[in-house]
Amino acid sequence: MEELRKKAAELLQSGEVQMVIGYEEGTRHPRPCFISSADDAAKLIYDDRCTGNLAVYLTHKELIGGQKIAITASYFALRSILRLLTEHQIQLDKLVVLTVSAEKEVIQFATTDDITAYLQTAPVPAREDDKALIEKLNAMSPAERWEFWSAELSKCFKCYACRAACPMCYCTKCIVEENRPQWIQPWASTLANIEWHINRAMHMTGRCADCGACGAACPLGLPIHLLSHQIVQEVTDNFALDVNQAVSGDNALSTFKPEDKENFIR
Amino acid sequence: MSEFEPKIVAFVCNWCTYAGADLTGTSRIKYASNVKIVRFPCTGRIDFMLLLKAFAEGADGIIVSGCHPNDCHYTSGNFHARRRWVIFRGLLNFMGIDVNRIQFSWVSAAEGAKWADVVNSTVTAVRELGPYTQYRKAADYLAQQDQSIIDGQEAMIIK
Repeated sequence: MEELRKKAAELLQSGEVQMVIGYEEGTRHPRPCFISSADDAAKLIYDDRCTGNLAVYLTHKELIGGQKIAITASYFALRSILRLLTEHQIQLDKLVVLTVSAEKEVIQFATTDDITAYLQTAPVPAREDDKALIEKLNAMSPAERWEFWSAELSKCFKCYACRAACPMCYCTKCIVEENRPQWIQPWASTLANIEWHINRAMHMTGRCADCGACGAACPLGLPIHLLSHQIVQEVTDNFALDVNQAVSGDNALSTFKPEDKENFIR
Repeated sequence: MSEFEPKIVAFVCNWCTYAGADLTGTSRIKYASNVKIVRFPCTGRIDFMLLLKAFAEGADGIIVSGCHPNDCHYTSGNFHARRRWVIFRGLLNFMGIDVNRIQFSWVSAAEGAKWADVVNSTVTAVRELGPYTQYRKAADYLAQQDQSIIDGQEAMIIK
């Protein structure tokens, strides 16, 4: 942690970056912090509790402006950064990407290849609760799954915290605000909620970092991140693209292989 | 009691399946009349939201059909569509939406008989599955809300 603070202070002092996006101690959980003076670098923390995906702030133009930014990225945030770079939403020369490895070592990435290599070797943070719920859902019959999801999603009141927390949801006009035609009714109702969450998950195909930030942001604690997780799984199973390959390559749905396999088309 | 007649919506591409369905007619092959055909320029144009809307608006089954791989009028529309269907179908299944009610198929302009077969078998399968009330229950939410508002107003007038 000391090493990270020293690194951040150095970067700010030397003027290499104008802001560091990292985590500080919150009332209950670590929270994001935005540091623009070397004196504040002592606030920075980084440990296993820092799971929020800070890459979401990188596309906020009102926050970033033309500044060069340093970011302490979690494992999943690194995937999101790769994806944002692939989609030309951020530039690597305007970014200092830092992470803290499992051995508490501060790593600064110079190229996207370095990030990819790190993602392949570093352990993926485990989420045991999700695993248990996914197993439970997969053991259910389709009718039971429908009961589960329509009951869960009927609670959603469309605050769009899931969208705000997602680094990939940077569209200036989202499909839910589209009203010609109005694909999804803007009010909260079971059907409109289901349609919204299907759209959100579908638009994440091949782009989702599987960080779970959408589910963590949900004020009702709905397990909506499992929908995009399922899509990650489908992409891996059907297109032989693991999530690290998918985020750094061409969009899974804008590309194809003539030999793609399926078993349901007559 | 009369037998349940499913409502089937078919989303088809202009160049293959629509022409194929035309051939079914000109060849005088009889097939189930439950199907309503919606013509699209290409399977690549068939947005997954259209399928969800069809279910919400009362469809019991859906057929999505277009050109065979490598036969797309626009070269690659059906390849892109195939990828989208794979993902979409997986997600629907995970959410418990009945994927057995959606029949995907490739029907070329020469396959009039295959089109009749696809429609007939889909109608038979959906007839066995029964009306898709499960999904429409979610869609009925608004109607219920309106009703409860009307009921509420009546209650106030009576007071």
